[in-house]
Amino acid sequence: MRRREFIKLSSASVGALMLGSQIEAENWLANPLARVEEPWHAGEVTTMYTVCENCFWHCGIKAYIADGKVFKLEGYDENPKSRGMLCPRGQAAIMQTYDPDRLKKPLIRQEGTKRGDGKYREASWDEALDYIADKMKLIKKDYGSESVAFFAHGAGDSWFAEYLPAAWASPNAAKPSVSICTSPRETASQYTFGRGIGGHEPIDWEETDYIVLIAHHIGEDTHNTQLQGFSIARKKGAKLVVVDPRFSTAAAKSDTWLPIKPGTDTALLLAWCNVLISENIYDHQYIEKYALGFEELAEHVKDMTPEWAAKITDLDAEEIRRVAREMAAYAPRAIIPPGRHTVWYGNDTQRMRALYIVNALLGNYGREGGFYINKSPYLEPYPHPQFPLEPAAGGCSGSGGASTVESSYRPPADAGKFFAHTTAVQELIEPMISGKPYPIKGLICYGVNMFHSIPNVPRTKEALANLDLYVAIDVMPMEHVMWADVILPEATYLERYDDLLGTAHKTPFIALRQPVIEPMWDSKPGWWIARELGMRLDLMMYFSWENIEEYLETRLKKIGSSLDKLKAKGTIVQKGRPYLKDWEARGRNPFTTHSGKLELYSQTFKEAGFDPLPVYQETIQAPAAHYRLLYGRSPVHSFAKTQNNSLLMEMHSENAIWINFDEAAELGLKTGDYVYLENQDAIREGPIAVYATQRIRRDCVYMVHGFGHKAKGLKIANNRGASDNYLQTNYTLDPISGGAGLRNNFVKLIPGATKPRHSRIARLAKDRRI
Amino acid sequence: MARLAMAIDLAACVGCAACAVACKLENEVPAGDHRLWIRTTESGIFPDLTVEFRPEQCLHCENPPCVPVCPTGATYQTQEGIVLIDPEKCIACGACVAACPYDARFFHEDGYVSKCSFCEHRLKDGRLPACVETCPTLCRSFGDLDDPNSDISIALKEADRIDVLRPEQGTGPKLFYLNSPKKYGLNQEVAK
Repeated sequence: MRRREFIKLSSASVGALMLGSQIEAENWLANPLARVEEPWHAGEVTTMYTVCENCFWHCGIKAYIADGKVFKLEGYDENPKSRGMLCPRGQAAIMQTYDPDRLKKPLIRQEGTKRGDGKYREASWDEALDYIADKMKLIKKDYGSESVAFFAHGAGDSWFAEYLPAAWASPNAAKPSVSICTSPRETASQYTFGRGIGGHEPIDWEETDYIVLIAHHIGEDTHNTQLQGFSIARKKGAKLVVVDPRFSTAAAKSDTWLPIKPGTDTALLLAWCNVLISENIYDHQYIEKYALGFEELAEHVKDMTPEWAAKITDLDAEEIRRVAREMAAYAPRAIIPPGRHTVWYGNDTQRMRALYIVNALLGNYGREGGFYINKSPYLEPYPHPQFPLEPAAGGCSGSGGASTVESSYRPPADAGKFFAHTTAVQELIEPMISGKPYPIKGLICYGVNMFHSIPNVPRTKEALANLDLYVAIDVMPMEHVMWADVILPEATYLERYDDLLGTAHKTPFIALRQPVIEPMWDSKPGWWIARELGMRLDLMMYFSWENIEEYLETRLKKIGSSLDKLKAKGTIVQKGRPYLKDWEARGRNPFTTHSGKLELYSQTFKEAGFDPLPVYQETIQAPAAHYRLLYGRSPVHSFAKTQNNSLLMEMHSENAIWINFDEAAELGLKTGDYVYLENQDAIREGPIAVYATQRIRRDCVYMVHGFGHKAKGLKIANNRGASDNYLQTNYTLDPISGGAGLRNNFVKLIPGATKPRHSRIARLAKDRRI
Repeated sequence: MARLAMAIDLAACVGCAACAVACKLENEVPAGDHRLWIRTTESGIFPDLTVEFRPEQCLHCENPPCVPVCPTGATYQTQEGIVLIDPEKCIACGACVAACPYDARFFHEDGYVSKCSFCEHRLKDGRLPACVETCPTLCRSFGDLDDPNSDISIALKEADRIDVLRPEQGTGPKLFYLNSPKKYGLNQEVAK
């Protein structure tokens, strides 16, 4: 036993003893010479490979285990995601596993209570699973299998957004990583290059000489490999331009900061096209060889001069021109990466098209220092009988949803609302209320934070109240979890297997998620929950594998490996085909658009009634006395997932509202004051601290996403900071990708709030140590 | 004998706290205490701005003011120049805490003074300090100042600019800051 545990036991037991002994015990505890503990690494330490889940970048990690507990997580060199390094979130993920606030037993909502009342009784796994299966079958009988929707996110979403819904035959399976994150960039890439971007952005960081980031928050967003690549590029001397209304961390590293007026990025990109073409400094050979529609593009942008864009963007025309010229001078080793969260104003696919077109003019797609062409690893599916439906959710892996639905089944409930074949999670909320185009009566929610990711929370609450069945599978008692009829406590990623994690990459690879400790309390892994539900739903034929080891072993054997081999090395790395020259050497064409060319001009868009070339459209402007609400990331937090993590909260415990210093002064506010935020629909959030700074334009305010939890069961997270998502009651649907443009929300700052009283994080953390 | 030192490239550091978290877990630093922390300074007027992220920790000074003031010999300097604390000998009198010009030391809840050790236990296994190994921006270098081929010697050689904290104290810090922002950077702050 380690000394600290011994001390804990002693101090816990003294209360039951006589007073004299208690004083004696405390005196002993106070003796500094007697309290030096053995560090965790002094004894026997074992290591195991697995994959991180504290964000969705999924780094390969090595867990250090002593006395049956995990003390440290580190990257390892052979994994192309972590390459031996790890971000703060990945390392601190241990604290979630040992969080005493975790869901510990299956829970069933007390009979006679409403959703949201939060009153539950404990149940056995059998009772909870039977309850769900019975309700699902009833819904299927009355409304059809499509009437049960599945929302899922994380590595385990393979079970709950793909495997189970496809076996059950619901096309209404959705991931937030599509329509409230990457769908514009994926759709635009698909219709420009004929390929998606994929979950691991194929930026050839190490080879690039000139980087232009447009509201791409590297540094505040600590996607491990991306941050490494960015840093290596800069160390090698790459120039950096950052376009952002806010002086972000990345801007602080830049050679040029362009503090653009929010919502006008497309104008800037079109002006860059104009300069590259009018000054004849684009890559002629590349465009002639690979691209289609150059003449139309040249005609389209001929009047979109830097002077034209300067008026729109509030930037200097000469600066715009200079950056275009510099990009051209460094091309093709110059790149504008697409970023990740691209659902901003609703016209987002067109903005992303403009971004890719500038890149194409630089001739950087498939060239060193530009975009490399990623490849998915070779991997075979488990040989289950064919599912009645193809998995429909798509995802940031870029696979896209199923493009067709078997004629005997109904199409997804969001069909026809937008052009791309993805599902849009926010568009599946409305049918839960209106019953149109058909009712959605059941929802299985796996790891999706319904109130901190999907816009218009009042609407989401109304929808949840309307359902016949709402199941939450989660690790933590998040606010939306405590609305469910049945709550299933999942084991954390350190306690479970998941399906193999394949990543499309320069060097495609497969990594293993495996348990490094046993599940704590009465939690169960996602695969087990999915299988047990499947068995109860008469889907046994799809779950013929007895356990996950058998499932994984079968898949690995098919590619000439085995579970033991993968356990021993963590990652299998395969060979890629990153550059155009590699494709051409094999006589292959990577551009899989309709025309087989890089499409500057999109005939497909034209035929569907959209602009074939991107057009700048003015977005909604702020009502009087309101600021546009921008949001972003903290380097130590992942969305709304980590605000109960004591270690990460020690590093960053609440968000603040950034406002321009002069604007704040006019409002009589200074840094450290507390305010409420009130949006255009009179929704109020807060209190939140003011951060009056030079680092932001006067027409917008900014806050870090993910704070402002309202779940009482999250003892650390509850009521710290404020939620941006609660203020996003409006969204603008991107008619092409189905993305929910979130930056058309506006807030006022209401002075006079008092600073909320909280226990110190350090005090709360004392109960949570390993 | 090696002279071990660390350098942090401030042009690369983004203040993400990966190092601070690594340190806390590696060394089981109690909640509320820190061996390593990030200082963020912002300066300038829109749009001409500078932000500097600066990780701070024990500087393992060549002339450490904390060592001579220790009455029990708990604080000492190794032959490789690492300043360490023997918690068994420490009586938590606080003399070293007061003597440190950099506030690098804290009272550990278990009754002794603690601080950065350059992860001496990892060095023994031929590994780098936890903060150096984990940093996703690769901003930290570590090694022997007397070895011209060590990571740190190369980093110092290649740096456009090298600073130490409070050089006027004459402590001879072995934590070097490289490439601090040109405008409003470390030197100006030190001059104040």
